[in-house]
Amino acid sequence: MTPLTAHLLVAALLFAIGLAGALTRRNAILVLIGIELMLNAANLNFIAFWRYSPHPEALTGMMFAIFSIAVAAAEAAVGLGLVIAIHRHLHSTDLDQMNRMKG
Amino acid sequence: MFENLDQIFILLRNMVLGYLPEPLRPFVSVVLGVVAIVAIFPGLFALTTVFERKGIARIQNRLGPNRVGPFGLLQPIADGIKSLTKEDIVPTTSNGFIHFLAPLVLVVAVFMGFAVLPMGRNMVLVDMDCALLFYFAMGASSELAVFMAGWSSRNKYSLLGAMRAVAQMISYEVILLLSGLAVVMITGSLSLTKIVEAQNVYSGWFPHWYIFTPWGLAGFVMYAIAATAETNRSPFDLPEGESELVAGYHTEYSGFKFALFFLGEYLAMFSISGLGSTLFLGGWSAPFSFLTWVPSWIWFFSKLMLSIFVFIWMRGTLPRLRQDQLMNFAWKFVLPFTLYNLMVTALWRFLGDGWERWVVCTVLVIAGYVLLGRVSMRREHFGPRSYRYAE
Amino acid sequence: MSVIFWLISAITIAGALFAVILKNTVHCALALTVAFAGLALLFLGLDAQFAGFTEIMVYIGAVAILVVFAILLTRGSETPKDSVYSRFPVAGLVAAAGVFAVLGWAVLQSAGALPHAMQMPSATAKEIGYALVGRYVLPLEILALLLTVATIGAVIVALHEKEGK
Repeated sequence: MTPLTAHLLVAALLFAIGLAGALTRRNAILVLIGIELMLNAANLNFIAFWRYSPHPEALTGMMFAIFSIAVAAAEAAVGLGLVIAIHRHLHSTDLDQMNRMKG
Repeated sequence: MFENLDQIFILLRNMVLGYLPEPLRPFVSVVLGVVAIVAIFPGLFALTTVFERKGIARIQNRLGPNRVGPFGLLQPIADGIKSLTKEDIVPTTSNGFIHFLAPLVLVVAVFMGFAVLPMGRNMVLVDMDCALLFYFAMGASSELAVFMAGWSSRNKYSLLGAMRAVAQMISYEVILLLSGLAVVMITGSLSLTKIVEAQNVYSGWFPHWYIFTPWGLAGFVMYAIAATAETNRSPFDLPEGESELVAGYHTEYSGFKFALFFLGEYLAMFSISGLGSTLFLGGWSAPFSFLTWVPSWIWFFSKLMLSIFVFIWMRGTLPRLRQDQLMNFAWKFVLPFTLYNLMVTALWRFLGDGWERWVVCTVLVIAGYVLLGRVSMRREHFGPRSYRYAE
Repeated sequence: MSVIFWLISAITIAGALFAVILKNTVHCALALTVAFAGLALLFLGLDAQFAGFTEIMVYIGAVAILVVFAILLTRGSETPKDSVYSRFPVAGLVAAAGVFAVLGWAVLQSAGALPHAMQMPSATAKEIGYALVGRYVLPLEILALLLTVATIGAVIVALHEKEGK
């Protein structure tokens, strides 16, 4: 098993764990935690491919990972702001209770 | 002879490594460096506790500890014995695992920051290309340890203190980063050794330290304010103010864990002062060109102790700021001024050598400071008092 | 593969696993922090120093603290009355296991065609800086706009409206 394959498998496992968390938990914040794990798994994929690529001086993988980190931070901020606003309205973060379009 | 004295620690390390076989050398070299850091800085911490108590006492017109040794200098040994032998009380409803881990995470994160400080010529533990980024990453990790301590105690006052401390630390972390960014812009590198080497140039007698430039002085003042806020020192020590919050996030800690928090706070003070002197005060370079024969590590530690003295002086002199005053100050004045300082730094870089850039940048810095202060720190005018009586 | 890689991977995967399994939400957030730290170490092992330290600073220093603040502001640290898992957790687990099976099979099948490590890439901060304002200046500007909009939007969404509006 080459180092690249090992990194890709670890990233795939992290992605699957993040997906499982996002799909099976009730609390909205834990769904966001799952999403962050999935984004990080994709980042690991990018960096692993950048390191073992034939042209690492092009820095494409590293740039993508850095932009992805920044975008994930922005998305976490907005998502958590939304969760806080919904909690103020419904007094609960249970996703099963957020099933109406009219507030 | 003085070059040997300057490099004496490097020569000692090479001598020890000479006795060892080849494959063990990198490992032992790193271990020796780590042991040196772990031995020196807590020793300096012990000395600083005595100096702080005596310094603050003298400012408050009383004597400090003077019973334990000559002039109270053996007081840290008594404090150490006390904190080691005190009973370790853990509240039963607290989250045991996190309660135990919080001081450890704090001390580990703070110790990691020392790895990139250049303490003398060729005396860095890890010479990294992104050294400044590493330092700020470790600073960011210590905030989470503060939250862990406050939350795991299951105590309203601890949680409140932890929330305030974390909010304060994140706000001032941005300011710390932006003040350091001006230095990085002029030097062209994130590596701390290159920043010190860029300041180790002398024109005549005077060194080219960044604090002697207009943007450097403004940046240093902002950095000093942010450094006192990051380490929760007076006048920004509301999170651990005894009169408001019992002891803030370390209320429920006793004995050695409290000593670890104390150690973490002082070590954070040391490493942030070390970084400040590296970025703005020239690190290990001598203040005058005829003093370069003095070993470089003596200059670094002198600057460090000078910063600590200023911290102690501020603690004894200034009253505590309220939390909302603190946050207003950070977001409304210091942060915009730091961004403005970045623009002035860019102007400095592109105006070319000569006296014009000095005049222009000085005028811009002073004008920005005055205008921003007038605009953003306006005091609310309160109307006449109205009284309501219970009917 | 070196022992250190497997150790760090084990810590990362354990952190991620605990982040989705534990009942107490704050414990989940702290386990997530461990997973982030492990990922940053994996980045450092791949010679991506800038990405690794940026990950620590952004994720552990900002996103983890944001998650913790959100948990405390939404009373997530109290024990919930119902179970912490949704009504049919098995479906989610089956989906995740299916995704992992497909990805793992794809990786292992193409193991022969994937490149091996050759030269040491040099990604100094200077080169990253030049790339950011050279080739990637448009994404950089769009990212700045995005972050501004996201910050303002998050503040407005979470702002406490005045009573009696």
